[in-house]
Amino acid sequence: MTWETIIGLEVHVELKTESKIFCNCSTRFGGEPNTQVCPVCLGLPGALPVLNQQALEFATRAALALNCQIAGYSKFDRKNYFYPDLPKAYQISQYDLPLAEHGHVDFIFGGEPRRVRIRRIHLEEDAGKLLHSEDGGLSADANVSLVDFNRSGVPLIEIVSEPDLRSGEEARAYLNRLKTILAYADVSHLKMEEGNLRADVNVSVRPTGSTEFGTRTEMKNVSSFRAVVRGIEYEAERQVKVLDEGGSIRQETRQWNETKGVTIALRSKEEAHDYRYFPDPDLPALDISRDFVEGVRANLPELPDARQARYVRDYGLRDVDAGILTSDLSLAAFFEEAAGLYPKDPKAVANWVLGDLLRIMNARAAESDEIPITPKQLADTLMLIDRGTISGKIAKTVFEETMATGKDPEVIVKEKGLVQISDTSELEKVIADVIAANPQPVADFRSGKETALGFLVGQVMKATRGKANPGIVNELLMKALK
Amino acid sequence: MQIRREDVDHVADLARLSLSEEEREKMTRELNSILGHVDKLNELKTDGVQPTFHVLASLKNVTRKDEVIHGLDRDRALQNAPSQKSGCFAVPKTVE
Repeated sequence: MTWETIIGLEVHVELKTESKIFCNCSTRFGGEPNTQVCPVCLGLPGALPVLNQQALEFATRAALALNCQIAGYSKFDRKNYFYPDLPKAYQISQYDLPLAEHGHVDFIFGGEPRRVRIRRIHLEEDAGKLLHSEDGGLSADANVSLVDFNRSGVPLIEIVSEPDLRSGEEARAYLNRLKTILAYADVSHLKMEEGNLRADVNVSVRPTGSTEFGTRTEMKNVSSFRAVVRGIEYEAERQVKVLDEGGSIRQETRQWNETKGVTIALRSKEEAHDYRYFPDPDLPALDISRDFVEGVRANLPELPDARQARYVRDYGLRDVDAGILTSDLSLAAFFEEAAGLYPKDPKAVANWVLGDLLRIMNARAAESDEIPITPKQLADTLMLIDRGTISGKIAKTVFEETMATGKDPEVIVKEKGLVQISDTSELEKVIADVIAANPQPVADFRSGKETALGFLVGQVMKATRGKANPGIVNELLMKALK
Repeated sequence: MQIRREDVDHVADLARLSLSEEEREKMTRELNSILGHVDKLNELKTDGVQPTFHVLASLKNVTRKDEVIHGLDRDRALQNAPSQKSGCFAVPKTVE
C-alpha cells in the first residue's frame, strides 16, 4: 500500500511593535532577563491589559497580505493551561472569533503553481522563556528551570493553514513564500535565530486515494524550516511503519529532537488539550470598521506577486527571473536600486544579480540582508565595461574583489592594473606572437575552420591576463590572418 | 448536564487543585447545583437574540499607542518570587 502525507501548519510570527501587545514593556530581543517586565506581563493580580493599536494594525496588514477576510467583530479569550513560562496560567488568545479567516498563499512548487488555504489568523501574546541547565544557560542546578519574562506579552499572530500540504519539501516552499509575503508586508523582523517565526506542525498519513484523514500528531514550536522538513519526513515514516505493522496512531503532541533526528511523545499530562477557553473580561471586543480595514489595505506595501509582474512589465525580465529576484525583499531592493542607477540595461543588472551575486553569496552562505556590495558598485562596474575601461571578463574579477573587500570597482581596477588594453599597437604585438606560436590553429582558420579563431582570441586574452579589449582583438586578429 | 466525580477530579487536576475526599463530594454537589441553576436559562426563548460575546457590550475598541514605558526594575519584579536565581524566577524543572 502507498501512503499520502497530510500536513497542516500553525505558524507563529512575532510582530515588530516597539512595545508588547497588552502593556508598554519593550519587545527588544536579547535584554538582561526580567528587565522588560511589568505587572501586566508578569501576570500580577489587578493588572489591566490594553491592546496595542499597532499590533492590531500589523495583524490586519498581514491578514490582508495573505488574502484573508477581516472579521467585523472579534474578541480575545483566555486559553487556560499551566506552564511556568505562562505567569497568568492562561494565554490571551482568540478562540471562536479570530481577527481574520479564509485566506490563501500561492507559490510555485516543483515548477507547478500551488495554493494553500489559510483557515484563520488570530492575535495572541507570546509566553516567557524557560532556561534549562542543559541549554548551557544560566541555571547550573539540574533541578530547577529559570524563567525570563522579557518575551512574555510580545505580540504574535498565529497563521493556521488548512491541511493542504503533502510533503516536507512542499511545507518548506509554503513557509518560504509565507516568510517572503510577511517581509514585504513589513510586520515582523522575521529573524529565525531570535524565534520570530515558529511552527506547530500537524502530520497524518492515509492510504493514497483515500479522502478521509488519518489520526494526526502535532510537533510544537519547531523553530527552523529545516527542522520542519525533517520532522515531517520522520513523523510520516514513523506513522506509516506503525500502521503497516497493524498498529494505530495516537493523537498526541510529539517533540522534534533536532540532534537525534527523531520525534518523541510528550508525557500525557502535557497533552491534556483542555484549555477551557472563555472571553477575557479585561479586554473589550473589537468592532472592526470597513474604514479601518480599507485604511490598512490602502497602506499595504507592494507585495511580491505585484512586484514580480512589475519587473516583467517595466524591466522586460523573464517571469522566472523576476520571481527569483522578488522572492527575497533585500535582493529585490538591491536589484531595483542598481537598475535605477543603470537604467540603460536592467536585464544586464538582473543577470549579474542572479548570476555572480547569488553564486558568490551562496558560496559564502551569506544572508541576503548582508549583500557585501552596494547597488552603486554594481552599476559602476557595468559602466566601466561600457566605457571600455575593463572587459566583461575582467568585470567579473572586479565584482568578486568588490564583494570580498568592499572596495569600489574604480579603486580595484587602478590598484590591480586591470585597465583594458585597447591600444592597437600594443595588441598587434601580442597578436603577432600568438600567431607565431600557434601555426596549427592559424592554418586551420585559414583553411576555413572558423572556430579556430576563438582559440586564438583566447590565447591573446591569456597573454594579456584578460585585459585585452576582446572586440579590438577580434578585429585585429581577423586582419592579421587574412 | 450532570457533573460526575470524575469530572470534578479532571477539572481539579487541570487547575492543579488537590481536593480531599470530602471536598470532592462537596464540589460535585455544588457544581451540580450551580449548573442546575444555569440550566434554567435554557428555558428562555433566545431565537433572534444576538449572543453576548462580551460582558461590556458598550465598550469597544480600547487600544493604546505603541510606546515603550519602563515597567518594573528587576529587583522589584523578583521581590515576591519564592525562589530566584541569576535574575530569573526559579521553578521546579520542567523537562526531563
